[in-house]
Amino acid sequence: MAAVRTSTEIGFNRAAVVAVLVVTIIFLAPIYWIASTAFKPRNLATTIPPTIVFQPEISPFVKLFTKRSQLRTPPTPEEYAAAPWWERVVFDGGEKIVRDGKGEVQWSGYPNRFMNSLIIAITSTVLAVGMGTFTAYGFSRFKVKGEADLLFFILSTRMLPPVVVAIPMFLMYRAVGLNDSHIGLIILYTAFNLSFSVWLMKGFMDEIPKEYEEAALVDGYTRMEAFFKIVLPEAATGIAATAVFCFITAWNEYAFALIMTNRRAQTAPPFIPSQVGSGLPDWTVIAAGTFLFLLPVAIFTFLLRNHLLRGMSFGAIRK
Amino acid sequence: MATTMITTLDRSSRAAARGLSDISIRNLFIIPTVLFLIVFNIFPLIYSLGYSFTDFRASTNAPANFVGLQNYRDLLNDPYVWSNFAITAKYVIISVAGQLLVGFGVAMLLNRDIPLKGLLTTLLLLPMMLSMAVVGLFWKLLYDPSFGIINYALGLGTFEWLADPKMALYAVALTDIWMWSPFVMLLSLAGLSAVPKHLYEAAAIDRAGPFYTFFRITLPLVAPILMIAVIFRTMEAFKTFDLAYILTSQPTTELISIRLYKMAFQEWQTGRSCALAYIVLIMVLAITNIYVKYLNKVKER
Repeated sequence: MAAVRTSTEIGFNRAAVVAVLVVTIIFLAPIYWIASTAFKPRNLATTIPPTIVFQPEISPFVKLFTKRSQLRTPPTPEEYAAAPWWERVVFDGGEKIVRDGKGEVQWSGYPNRFMNSLIIAITSTVLAVGMGTFTAYGFSRFKVKGEADLLFFILSTRMLPPVVVAIPMFLMYRAVGLNDSHIGLIILYTAFNLSFSVWLMKGFMDEIPKEYEEAALVDGYTRMEAFFKIVLPEAATGIAATAVFCFITAWNEYAFALIMTNRRAQTAPPFIPSQVGSGLPDWTVIAAGTFLFLLPVAIFTFLLRNHLLRGMSFGAIRK
Repeated sequence: MATTMITTLDRSSRAAARGLSDISIRNLFIIPTVLFLIVFNIFPLIYSLGYSFTDFRASTNAPANFVGLQNYRDLLNDPYVWSNFAITAKYVIISVAGQLLVGFGVAMLLNRDIPLKGLLTTLLLLPMMLSMAVVGLFWKLLYDPSFGIINYALGLGTFEWLADPKMALYAVALTDIWMWSPFVMLLSLAGLSAVPKHLYEAAAIDRAGPFYTFFRITLPLVAPILMIAVIFRTMEAFKTFDLAYILTSQPTTELISIRLYKMAFQEWQTGRSCALAYIVLIMVLAITNIYVKYLNKVKER
């Protein structure tokens, strides 16, 4: 093979490498733009030509977490000197942090929505992966009547468009008072992720040799003991990968959250766009909120890199 | 190992001695999940099937009146709804074709020895993992006619991407292509790496040209996996809601999911929206069926 590498081939390969680099830069440009805007002073966020080199600032994050109002009169030098650094940063932008009667800083809606996202995504992930692992084992090891049909049924529940499911769920939740509640969204996301988790975990279970458990059964383990002591540890990587996928799906979900929540249990995805009202939005604050929101997913993508193919194809395609 | 067995059950009964029988374990493991999905996915659909035959409006306390197939008749005769379907079809075609071209093209480029290939691939996959709604929102800034970086980079002046009704659907599709080409790329890479090397070597010995090799070896062997990518993306694009809803509010980008959302939660035509939901549902299930058949086919190989 090495003998027949012509100069055209080498040239073609070099061109391909350059093309790949160009494509990567184009694909990452929007993400880079979010990250860099999150550290810009407001007046540099929307300049022409775009500002690429600048002194990074933390002020967008301070503004993201606090309630602010326009400064009518600039702060007196004493006020300015007495203020902590994070308040000065806001003063510099021509705004002041809103405080209540006792002088306590008022938080913006963001931290609360971020927490809601965390609570709802983690709880629904634990439930979906927990139930999914058991069910996948059941399908993998035992004969189930109409297995193909049942698995199709399970998968099809995931394929339903969210708005289609949301209409009756909205009415039912309203009837039982689950609208705008954490539990309501947790149930929806669990149901949504459960089918995915069954399909993906079944692939992982199928890969664990049956002989492991059979040996344990011969040794006198009960089936349950064999499952918990032999199969689960073997499936740990698969469980972790499935959990990360479920977490990302729940974390990113928008339509259900938009329809089912408005305040108390609202997650970050419907909240972040709602900040762009009329007039000129402060894109640095939106970028800061977006940046923090995307960060966990970006980290998880790197951790998951070897399982992405499998996860995205519901366990059907493995390397 | 046998000493770790902790059982005081009657040894004469094998099932009792070994804990739960396999059949009860199977049922215990499978039935709760199936029940959960029936209660939270199928039951709501039965509920909305009932409402689809009524004139119910969730915004009033008026009782629902049975109207038979009236909602379905009205919807199928409504040119407005048909235009939503037409917009959706156009959107699906543009966006899936774009993803197929870009995704497969980049996979062809990547399918060779490249320094840092693993890292580059992971970086390229990043867009599809991010939240459509949140990243989609930021594309509003990228598309901005006066200070967006897209117009600046392409030298388009103050080109209107989202405010121009003719352009808006293409802009939404372009963002979708950016997000989901990596998915096609990921599947294509798997397909490409599975093509046996000896086929290429044989083709090289026969002095086959690159076109011949591509159309007679590469494409036929990658086709099944590409088909999976296309069906899956078609289904997802058909359901698109987040991206189009966040980026624009043009009538020319009113995809069927957005129409459904407005009908149900802004106009509060609950009965009619349930009927439309059913029409959409049947379409999605049909595509899902094709998808699963293909998945199983590829799995068998």
